[in-house]
Amino acid sequence: MKAYIRSSACISPQKTFNSEGFLDDIVEYNGTRLNIIEPDYKDYVDPKLARRMSGLIKRGVAAAKKCLEGTGIDTPDAILAGTAFGCMEDTITFLTRMVEMNEEMLPPTAFIQSTHNTVAAQIALTLQCHGYNNTFVHKGISFESALFDALMLLNEKEAHHIIVGGTEEMVDASFKVLSRLGLYRRQPVLNLDLLKTEAKGTMGGEGSVFFLLSDEASGDNLAELTSVSTYYHPEDIEQKIFDFLGENGLTPIDIDLIITGRNGDIKNDAVYHKLNERIFKDKAIANYKHLCGEYPVSSSFALWLAANMVKRQEMPLSVIERGSMTGNLKRVLIYNHYQNKYHALMLVSAV
Amino acid sequence: MSSTVYIAGVGVISAIGNNVAEHLTAFEQERAGMGDITLFDSVHKGQLPVAEVKLSNEQLIQMTGLPVRSSRTTLLSCVAAKEAWDDAGIDDIKQFRTGFISANSVGGMDKSEDFFVDFIADNNKGKLRNVFDHECGSMTEIVADKLGAKDFVTTLSTACSSSANSIFYAARLIKNGVIDMAIAGGADALTKFTLNGFNTLMITDKNFCKPFDQNREGLNLGEGAGYLLLVSEKVVNRLGKKPYCKLSGYNNSNDAYHQTASSPDGTGSYLAMTGALAKAGLQPSDIDYINLHGTGTPNNDSSEGIAVKRLFDPQYPPVSSTKSFTGHTLGGSGGVEAAFSVLAIRHGLIYPNLRFETRMEELPFEPVKHYQSGQEIKHVMSNSFGFGGNCTSLIFSAI
Repeated sequence: MKAYIRSSACISPQKTFNSEGFLDDIVEYNGTRLNIIEPDYKDYVDPKLARRMSGLIKRGVAAAKKCLEGTGIDTPDAILAGTAFGCMEDTITFLTRMVEMNEEMLPPTAFIQSTHNTVAAQIALTLQCHGYNNTFVHKGISFESALFDALMLLNEKEAHHIIVGGTEEMVDASFKVLSRLGLYRRQPVLNLDLLKTEAKGTMGGEGSVFFLLSDEASGDNLAELTSVSTYYHPEDIEQKIFDFLGENGLTPIDIDLIITGRNGDIKNDAVYHKLNERIFKDKAIANYKHLCGEYPVSSSFALWLAANMVKRQEMPLSVIERGSMTGNLKRVLIYNHYQNKYHALMLVSAV
Repeated sequence: MSSTVYIAGVGVISAIGNNVAEHLTAFEQERAGMGDITLFDSVHKGQLPVAEVKLSNEQLIQMTGLPVRSSRTTLLSCVAAKEAWDDAGIDDIKQFRTGFISANSVGGMDKSEDFFVDFIADNNKGKLRNVFDHECGSMTEIVADKLGAKDFVTTLSTACSSSANSIFYAARLIKNGVIDMAIAGGADALTKFTLNGFNTLMITDKNFCKPFDQNREGLNLGEGAGYLLLVSEKVVNRLGKKPYCKLSGYNNSNDAYHQTASSPDGTGSYLAMTGALAKAGLQPSDIDYINLHGTGTPNNDSSEGIAVKRLFDPQYPPVSSTKSFTGHTLGGSGGVEAAFSVLAIRHGLIYPNLRFETRMEELPFEPVKHYQSGQEIKHVMSNSFGFGGNCTSLIFSAI
């Protein structure tokens, strides 16, 4: 099962939205958390509606509309989102008021926007899309689950053009709780040094990255999403990668670049270091979490990166760990895992 | 892609029973599950009836063997998913590629809201074990581990249609050859968060709810879990017994009208029902029973009723809302009512719509008032609609 990536819109801690450049002006952060650069929403969301929307909802709507810009497609056939934590800002707001006001006289807005499907629903409402609408909320494979649904819909011929995205917001309360759970560095770190200074913990991140997937060939397509696969507690991930490539008629020799999910945490990164000397030996390696931080659907940023790299035939220096452009960039393999439980592979090919 | 997906196991827990057999008895006795809030302290105690599962967390922990800190949603999910799995009588889960596709709306909120009381007083306070499983995916992960179903594990959340969507996502995984079978459905425990949320919308009834009644005032919140074991043709041939039925139709459409309100003409529900019929290759007249979404709110029942009228007029099949027994189990409701739909086919049942008195002004039909057995039920439609305009209809068909 495969799809064309017609377009992509990326709201991230970097200048990736409505930007002509391609990671050529990197934003540096010193701390343990990266927050997205707020876009100017007025071109995408009616300001009257925007006032009631949380950041996550606005970002989803803006990114989805941006994906459709210039494609001649006004309404997609389906809308899919992946988000592990969902609408945290509204959830925290409603919880806080419920406790502080002792369950009395609560305003409903935060509650009605707190459900995980609000982003996909508000995109449908904005685009007046009555088609298939789904939201996946499974930790570190929320985005891949949504992508997989999209690939099945195209395979079933139930849809031709699908908006699919990964979206997550890092609010203060969740950052505090996740810090207490030990996910992040104890000391501030420069994001560009995150992967050079491995220690316990990473940097928190967030982002809203959407794609328009299509079953139609077009000169405008960025790339082909050739295959997606997820694994829960795989016994031997190296074998899974061989099998995944094999199912696509490929071996590691056929891959021009590997994008890995290194996040600067010693335990997290161990498997990447190991594979870089085995199945990925002699391969060009890129990383991305020093640019967007770690969050459950960060692999959506990696897919945006891969699709743009093969379209532009460019490897931005800021992401390269090893190797450089030698000849064509035809196939990129993205390998990410989330807390060593969920592993995911995405294969992106030039069109 | 045209392969058939069969239902080989059913599991359900709600306010009217802890397993399939207890549900069938409660339906026959027309016994609703609502009562006072006992699970937590709330200003709504004694004011708003709720439909609680009649087992404490301690009892559920004992039944499931799960850790003491477990969210009630995980516990309910585990009980029903295990029943669905055991029901099929397949001895080894590892002989086929097996998935666990689950759904819920607020994850481990029952524990998170306890954590939050201490947390907002001081951000360094609050027991972390109460928030560790906050994510919706945690419930799925824990139950998948318990079942040993690991070949495809994911979680969906589309508010009150969540587990209807997980069931048909599982069917599509089987049809696309990704897995051979899946336990699919969903769960939600009663929480202060959702109780207060629905209460702020002023769509909760202070009395037992009256779905599809002219004088309905709102919903009663419930809790529960419902799961089906879906199997491929390859697996069904290896079963020791006849499957219940097949999942013949499904559709997910969006109302695209308002974040919480349904459109007056029932656009989303009409599209979901027509889409499911088309998928099944059936006509409206083929449907023998509709398990309505029927929350009991003025808005839902009017919108859903108009959509039923647009599609079925003038020949209406028997319809009812089993939420008059179980309350609205939110992310669990699609799974709970899919279980009831499957059992309706197996046992020839039409469930009553309790407390119905007065036909709605705008509708030329009314729900079934009393329990009917011995019916010939070939095709059952189950409707599940949610916030965000998410509308899903499933159709189960006798084999």
